[in-house]
Amino acid sequence: MSPELIVALLAAAVQAAAPILFATLGEILSEKAGVLNLGVEGVMAIAAFAAFITCHVTGSATLGLLAGGLAGALLCGLHSLVCQVFLGNQVVSGLALTIFGVGLSNYLGTPYVGIGTEGFRQFAVPLLGQIPVLGAVFFRQDAMVYLGYFAPVAVWFLLSRTSLGLGLRATGEMPAAAAAAGLNPQRLRAFGVMAGGFLCGLGGAYLSLAHTHLWTTGLSGGRGWVAVALVIFAFWRPGRAVLGALLFGGVMAFQLRLQAAGTNVPSSLLLMLPYALTVLALVFSATRARSSARKAAAAPAALGVNIEPEG
Amino acid sequence: MNVVIRRRETSLGWGALVVYLGALALALGICAVLLMLSGKPGLGGLAILFRGAFGQGYSLLDGLVKAIPIFLCSLGVALSFRMQIWNIGAEGQFALGAVGATFVALALPGQPWPVLLPLMFLAAMLAGGLWGLIPAGLRLWLGVNEIISSLMLNYVGILFLEFLVFGVWKDPGSFGFPMTAEFSPGGQIGRMGPALGLNLGKLHWGLLACPLAGVAYGVFLSRTRLGFELAACGEGERVARYANLPYGFLVLLVMGLGGALAGLAGSIECSATLGRLQPTVMVGYGYTAIVVAWLARLKPWPIAFTSFLLASLRVGVEVLELRLQIPAAFGQIMEGAILLCVLAGQFFLDYSVSVRFARLRRADSAAPGLEERA
Repeated sequence: MSPELIVALLAAAVQAAAPILFATLGEILSEKAGVLNLGVEGVMAIAAFAAFITCHVTGSATLGLLAGGLAGALLCGLHSLVCQVFLGNQVVSGLALTIFGVGLSNYLGTPYVGIGTEGFRQFAVPLLGQIPVLGAVFFRQDAMVYLGYFAPVAVWFLLSRTSLGLGLRATGEMPAAAAAAGLNPQRLRAFGVMAGGFLCGLGGAYLSLAHTHLWTTGLSGGRGWVAVALVIFAFWRPGRAVLGALLFGGVMAFQLRLQAAGTNVPSSLLLMLPYALTVLALVFSATRARSSARKAAAAPAALGVNIEPEG
Repeated sequence: MNVVIRRRETSLGWGALVVYLGALALALGICAVLLMLSGKPGLGGLAILFRGAFGQGYSLLDGLVKAIPIFLCSLGVALSFRMQIWNIGAEGQFALGAVGATFVALALPGQPWPVLLPLMFLAAMLAGGLWGLIPAGLRLWLGVNEIISSLMLNYVGILFLEFLVFGVWKDPGSFGFPMTAEFSPGGQIGRMGPALGLNLGKLHWGLLACPLAGVAYGVFLSRTRLGFELAACGEGERVARYANLPYGFLVLLVMGLGGALAGLAGSIECSATLGRLQPTVMVGYGYTAIVVAWLARLKPWPIAFTSFLLASLRVGVEVLELRLQIPAAFGQIMEGAILLCVLAGQFFLDYSVSVRFARLRRADSAAPGLEERA
């Protein structure tokens, strides 16, 4: 492999990591508040379409991005409604959301298949873009990738340095104690789910606005599920989410390059790679969590448990 | 205004029917609005859908044919849902079942059906069961979340099927289409109509697997010791281990059996409706099965009924696709919307909600003597 090819591959890995990173961070917010959201796949699909259609109509990629985020927050609001008000099972509600979201995205999007969008184009950051190798890999990307550099820091800051984040985590660990401390666990959960949904929506928007620049159905292609798995791999920490997303971005970029280069390996086997790797990553993190027995590697204690009404 | 929510002491009885119908109406309303948004008749579209699904004898039969794989997969996932093991890998187990059956059918051409079909079913159940055991084993021995591992194995399983059909198993005479050669006659499940002298359309003998599996499911759950222990495990792993129940064995059992049932469904589907293996055998029955299992609250009779209902919905959506040029994804939207609405509606089965207005409360407190007498 020539050095240029490696740099191109790494840059492609960073790009492929961006949507997964946004979605993983979103799911971390939701799970930290105690709500398991298995609807990420559907949320990303809907957000990808909302972003595409907004950009297509208004011509503004920024508005498209916002629309994607809002669509994600809205759909996750539905999850919040079903689980928090109607006390529906979080696993089932999330699955239903995925089925509904993927279906809706395909349904609304079918007439537009094959239409392109301007979306976000890559540009070099002044000065930083000139650094050899690193510049080409990290600083000649599109605006959303740059946004992705700040997102993990923002989520980390929110969760571990603000009182809102503290309340959010308390709600995920023990809602009754949070309530006794004068917090409103229901409201905090709704915030976590919807803010998380906004981030997942950004990840979905990335797919149609910056990844393909072309609308097709089935854009999410399992990335939402990978994000759910990466939350576990990341031990619910934003920093490790970056690591996981880069790993997956790398594999996805690698198998795409290999397909484009026309290898003898059948494409169905190459396409298996990210999914098989997800299982491997889960095995790895499960053994790590067991051997270290650290509390830091554990899921929020009240994850998946609905708050029962009083009375 | 003051809303009081209480857990119900007694079951809602016939009121449950009202709740389900209300949730269904809400979901259908959402679907009608979506039809209107894309410039199609909303209620008219639903009417076409229902006439397409239930209007004719052959459409009912078509629904029954599609209900067979859904029912089998749904029994399988319901089994594991009962002990809060979230097996959502039926789709992949279905794929592996189809692969297993095809392997036997291609390896033993020309055998009579009493030899070939049982061997195909056996291979399918083995392949599907083993595929289901992977997430079970990972969960038991390594603590890997079975939701994600079983789902990821869906993608892997389907891609494996495609790998075979696009590669080594591709029929040289298929003009490049990804499909295997047609199974020999002994490897194809026949249709019921000709043998019974009736006009039963596409209905095939695979239907017999449904009552067999359904009765076995019911007997296992209500008449056997393991079935009772399974129900007890539904309270959670810690409770099960504390009560000294064979939790690990049961996890392996339900995932293995669930995989075997989904695998059986896969083999029936490719043997009876396609007569060969091709990627179009995967139409999402494994996901519909999860919706069915939950709508039916994991009980066998409701699973049978709901399987038929959602299968008919698929038939109706096909008619809608043809008549109004609606994308096939409309069926998915309906399934998702129905599940979300029913899930929300089931709240009213378990809880009672009463709204008290401020004025009434004052009236309450104006009669302090009542409390003492009570």
